[in-house]
Amino acid sequence: MGYIIETRGITKRFGGLTAVDNVSMGVNAGEVVAILGDNGAGKSTLIKMISGVHKPDEGAILLDGKPMKLESPMDALANGIETIYQDLALAENLNVSSNIFLGREKTKRSLGMFNVLDHEYMQQESRSVLDRLEIEIPSLKNTIRTLSGGQRQAVAISRSIYWQAKVLIMDEPTAALGIAEQKKVLDLVKSLKTQGIGIIIISHQMYDVFEVADRIIVMRRGQNVATRLVSETTPDEIVGLIVGSETVKR
Amino acid sequence: MPRPQMPHDTPTPFVQTRTGKLLGRHWALFFLLGMMAIFAFTGPGFFEVVNFQNIIHLATISILLAVAETFVIITGGIDLSVGFVMGLSSTLAARIMVTLGSTGMGEPMLIVLGTLAGLLVAFIPGFISGTLVARFKVPPFIATLGMWGICNGITLHLCDGFLPIAGLPSVLPRLGNGYLFYIHKGQSFTLFKKPDYIPDERVRELIRLVPFSFILIAAVVLVFWYILHKSKFGQHTYAIGGNIDAAIRAGIDVDRHLVKIYMLSAFLAGLAGVFNVFQTGIGNYTTFSSMYELFAVAAVVIGGASLLGGKGRIVGSMVGVLVLAVLKNGLAISGVQPFVRYIAVGVLLTLAVIIDQLFPDLF
Repeated sequence: MGYIIETRGITKRFGGLTAVDNVSMGVNAGEVVAILGDNGAGKSTLIKMISGVHKPDEGAILLDGKPMKLESPMDALANGIETIYQDLALAENLNVSSNIFLGREKTKRSLGMFNVLDHEYMQQESRSVLDRLEIEIPSLKNTIRTLSGGQRQAVAISRSIYWQAKVLIMDEPTAALGIAEQKKVLDLVKSLKTQGIGIIIISHQMYDVFEVADRIIVMRRGQNVATRLVSETTPDEIVGLIVGSETVKR
Repeated sequence: MPRPQMPHDTPTPFVQTRTGKLLGRHWALFFLLGMMAIFAFTGPGFFEVVNFQNIIHLATISILLAVAETFVIITGGIDLSVGFVMGLSSTLAARIMVTLGSTGMGEPMLIVLGTLAGLLVAFIPGFISGTLVARFKVPPFIATLGMWGICNGITLHLCDGFLPIAGLPSVLPRLGNGYLFYIHKGQSFTLFKKPDYIPDERVRELIRLVPFSFILIAAVVLVFWYILHKSKFGQHTYAIGGNIDAAIRAGIDVDRHLVKIYMLSAFLAGLAGVFNVFQTGIGNYTTFSSMYELFAVAAVVIGGASLLGGKGRIVGSMVGVLVLAVLKNGLAISGVQPFVRYIAVGVLLTLAVIIDQLFPDLF
């Protein structure tokens, strides 16, 4: 079965440093793949190439089996590749629905000549996507500033889903959250999986990874050193692979 | 039945109660009303329609500049050049009218051309400031301070030092200071101009209502209120001030947007400059032009905006302008010495920022 998103031998160099070295990987629809590795292993650079921030020096990125050129993050978004960064990229001074529609606001005609923001429509749509994901947020008119970390994460996820993400990249989705909120976000990831979205997660939290991921890709010094099915590995083996004490069996 | 008091039940802090939030959000308005109530007793002739009309008419320029500054401040910037851009537009418009007048061109034509020149020239400093801020990442304070100096110099050159540019068509101040309605009690009622049988020196016998400047103010405030609060452009303005990275990642062309913001600000400053020509009948250079932007910033901050960006409203800024204008007028009418006004503005400005920080959730 074909991957929904795939990299074939992609490489990225920054001057003399090879941040990502000939990495091939893929994610199926409805699959959660976790990318693990120590700091500087190349995880962030890898996902930044997939999300269009960096251009690979070599290799190809394939969406639905077709190679594509990503010139900018906008290209990636237009192709259904949504990225949720650690800082979430929400405008804290705007309300929930304004954030979900940020940059893609819906307007309507008023008095036959003025385009005014259609807040009613945007609130309804936001409400329905939040309901679909079973996210509870008291009022969509509240600004992001008044929400908890988990609620903010949920808003960022809803935004990606509303704009029909095929691939969702999440950078440390639970890092800044309390225990109860971490669980909610992980539940959310599981429910996204059932909707056929391919999900890539970067995380340092071993527990989270074993809770939601189907497959684990371990990176070390820019290389993909191992791929393991979660059902066939243990946290100890993964830690060994990350630090390099485990013998690598490809 | 009263709720049983739990041992750990701490009372809600005042700033989080309904009353507290209402006061926090609208303190400037309450302050304005309170001030008016006091001046009603201390200032003879303060609490009269004609005086209120005067306050707003004389605040026209401040209102235009405050609208401009509201947009810039919401993006997290500041425009220090509005005062001298205003000066540039006013002197250029006047200089062109005088020069064309000496060629024997008809008055309506030269007024139109001078006005257009004054309005259009403002786009240049706006475009330069915006480009410096957006593409060259010059901090707004520095970019517009540079433009402040440049416009100041050109203005000075245009009016040969400190001489006002005089010899403009006399119809200008009549338009700039005209009223919609002129009422001579029990005698006559005219529209747009005073009845001919009343000579200029007896004009105070008339009741004059609705200055033309009100129409300009109403149009500008309405148009820019719509842009800021109802349009995509306004929404993106708030997003840039709230989180510029979020705006970029959401696909908003932030650089282009910022250039537009500084051009919009400069255009309003140019409009203020041209209006100044209509109001005074001369092209005026004044060193005090540099105070205008500071009072505009003060008004916007008193009106609830934050220099950190992402926050501010047109109506709030208008309340801010009125607070400063009423303060000036009321203190003068009450016979208080002028220096008190500056002290009061300083205190108010500081107070505004403190109140803003007490209510982080309000916007």
